[in-house]
Amino acid sequence: MNKKLSTTALGLVLAMGMSAAAEAKTLVFCSEGSPEGFNPQLYTAGTTFDASSRQVFNKLVEFTIGTTNIEPALAESWEVSDDGLEYTFHLRRGVKWQTTENFTPTRDFNADDVVYSFMRQLDPNHPYHKISGGAYEYFNGMSMPDLLKEIVKVDDYTVKFVLNRPEAPMIANLGMDFASILSAEYADKMMEAGTPEQVDLQPVGTGPFQLVAYQKDAVIRYKAHPDYWEGKAAIDNLIFAITPDASVRYQKLKAGECHVMPYPNPADLEAMEADADINLMQQEGLNVGYLAYNTMKAPFDNPKVRKALNMAINKEAIIDAVFQGAGKVAKNPIPPTIWSYNENVKDDPYDPEAAKKMLEEAGVTDLKTSVWAMPVQRPYNPNARRMAELIQADWAKIGVQADIVSYEWGEYLERSKDKERDGAVLLGWTGDNGDPDNFLAVLLGCDAVGGANRAQWCYQPFEDLIQQAKTVSDNDKRTKLYEQAQVVFKEQAPWATIAHSVVFKPVRKEVKNFKIDPFGGHVFYGVDIEE
Amino acid sequence: MFRFVLTRLAQLIPTFFGITLVAFAFIRLLPGDPVTLLAGERGVTPERHAELMTQFGFDKPGWQQYLYYLADVAQGDLGKSVVTKKPVLQEFFTLFPATLELSFCAIVFAIVIGLPAGVIAAVRRGSAYDHTLMGVALTGYSMPIFWWALILIIIFSTNLGWTPVSGRIDILYFFDTPTGFMLIDSLLSGEKGAFWSALRHLILPAIVLGTIPLAVIARQTRSAMLEVLGEDYVRTARAKGLPPWRIIGLHALRNALIPVITVIGLSVGVLLAGAILTETIFAWPGIGKWMVDSIARRDYPSVQGGLLLIAGIVMIVNISVELLYGLINPRIRHRR
Repeated sequence: MNKKLSTTALGLVLAMGMSAAAEAKTLVFCSEGSPEGFNPQLYTAGTTFDASSRQVFNKLVEFTIGTTNIEPALAESWEVSDDGLEYTFHLRRGVKWQTTENFTPTRDFNADDVVYSFMRQLDPNHPYHKISGGAYEYFNGMSMPDLLKEIVKVDDYTVKFVLNRPEAPMIANLGMDFASILSAEYADKMMEAGTPEQVDLQPVGTGPFQLVAYQKDAVIRYKAHPDYWEGKAAIDNLIFAITPDASVRYQKLKAGECHVMPYPNPADLEAMEADADINLMQQEGLNVGYLAYNTMKAPFDNPKVRKALNMAINKEAIIDAVFQGAGKVAKNPIPPTIWSYNENVKDDPYDPEAAKKMLEEAGVTDLKTSVWAMPVQRPYNPNARRMAELIQADWAKIGVQADIVSYEWGEYLERSKDKERDGAVLLGWTGDNGDPDNFLAVLLGCDAVGGANRAQWCYQPFEDLIQQAKTVSDNDKRTKLYEQAQVVFKEQAPWATIAHSVVFKPVRKEVKNFKIDPFGGHVFYGVDIEE
Repeated sequence: MFRFVLTRLAQLIPTFFGITLVAFAFIRLLPGDPVTLLAGERGVTPERHAELMTQFGFDKPGWQQYLYYLADVAQGDLGKSVVTKKPVLQEFFTLFPATLELSFCAIVFAIVIGLPAGVIAAVRRGSAYDHTLMGVALTGYSMPIFWWALILIIIFSTNLGWTPVSGRIDILYFFDTPTGFMLIDSLLSGEKGAFWSALRHLILPAIVLGTIPLAVIARQTRSAMLEVLGEDYVRTARAKGLPPWRIIGLHALRNALIPVITVIGLSVGVLLAGAILTETIFAWPGIGKWMVDSIARRDYPSVQGGLLLIAGIVMIVNISVELLYGLINPRIRHRR
């Protein structure tokens, strides 16, 4: 009776608010935080990408919604040269830019826009490079400055990317948020007007929704781009209601004040499942949660010791206690949703007796160490503290004493990189582009020691395999190389691979066609609301 | 009186300097920096890190950065947010009206309920009413805010549907907000039902935020009143046969007000500093949440600027309270 009251109230307000457009559909997304800005080139947070690249912009290639498969977008087709150094893209014609309060486009999307979007990030002398701070961290983090030799406009609808070395994941990189295509004409106009920073505050893209207004920390409003090249979105108005607390998001969903919400509390999942008004969607996340040993410090430099410690950890218990069932035990450093996942690898069995023996054989007695636990909830680990406690108890059973260490998140990220670090670190990773290289090279490559490679692990046989896989364009060959790499990883055990989380997305039952994005984003093109 | 005001204002200056130093040093004491936080889990190479730190001006020695900062502050420039690249002053004053509006409503709620409650509890000292009131006050003071907020939301918003869950106004209202105060702007917009929606959205957050001040005010009023009610002049007034409401309302309360005003002043200071938990739960876009986010992102200019501005506001409130004393208590006013 009371739910009906509020939906009627909502309906009334909807009717009042939509004076002009009688049948306008509005979808409300309860976002978990405020965007840092609206130019995806400048930031790395998922919240910012949801607000910008995923609604307002397109890229040359994109991932088919709900999958990690690449499909043409602003580029209709492309060729890769035999030496893997040249990528030639044939651009789509007739793609219209958005018309906003401060910009009316006079031409369609063309090669100039592609060149602008990349050169701004690549060329330190580009007039736009330093605008809004000049920190293009994702572009840099994916090593694009090393990789890209030059970007050549061949003609108005053909662009060539020339690389310094062959890099097979390049195409997947171009589907990432930092590779969003911005309007060169808008940039020129704003530069002339003396207000170049407007490009980053009032975005203009080719994407399905255009920004109408941002009320800081409160609401983001979009409306459908009427001339979107794939066809106007079914939803007319898209609203992000910024709601930082997960319990409150749930209450809003129940009350019908929003249609989709991210990051539910694991404790609320059961109630959501039982709720007839809510469709609790789920999918395995493109992520992995792991415990990284410091392989540079004895006795963790001995793979047998690491293996023994792995065998002492009861992962099923962790899935139950920490993930409350919303996870899968991980045996490989990449999740099953990524191609080349090696199903044949055997996980370390849970065998505390054998583990104890292995430690003794390795000459390790009275081992004292620490387990680092993150203070924040991450997609790959909802409760690191709890996980650390379980591991501590598991290891105590084989005579290893571990204390639990924690720091504030920023500090944690910083200190855990230290090559002299004492203890094993709980951390994880969510994939950026659906390519195995994005996990294996970024987290376990020799280059990343002292950085993202928190196991400080540099192992030549593994390194050779992943470096070779970078240079080969043939997917079958790459698959074989990565499969081998996973075998080597399992033998050497620089990590204890703990779990891949399952991502839950509660959605109101009247929402149709919403698909969970493996990359953790929220895409609203193609989504509809049943009246 | 004039001298009094001048002296107090003059004392502000060294306080202000002290605050700039604290604001500057405090955030830098925390490990991590804006560049590391911007990079997130991906991390950033040491060379890139150094490059970006130079770009942001954070590579210079601490004392040098501090002096540059002081020079800027003297000219009214609080710098730009490292994250959003917008001026800190602009960010702060975009969000401050929301906190101000909420704090104001919370304090009004606390005073309107707390003051009479305290008076009645004092007058009926020892009665069941007194004990109940003080028990409720203690409970209100002890409850965790986020729990109290969620309970109210579940009961009144989700189950009964009487109040909205969060936010400042129904999301479908979209109008210009020249003042930043939703109650005023909704009236100005002329949109049907907007004012009522804004009011409804204020109810729960104001109650939650005002609960602790209410408890404090009630208890303080009660003890102040008890003290005053025992004074000789009150006995005289009773003996003279004055009506009870006149004794309590005029003679007693007015003198009991001084400690109560102190407490209200302090509460206002605390509320304005940003009701972080309340703002987070009710998705209220105010400065409390903004400060927390800025600290987490190590957004140095925002944290420094925010601290300075908040401290400045609290100082102004405290001085106003002291000036108010002078108005209420002639003895202070005519001293010297």
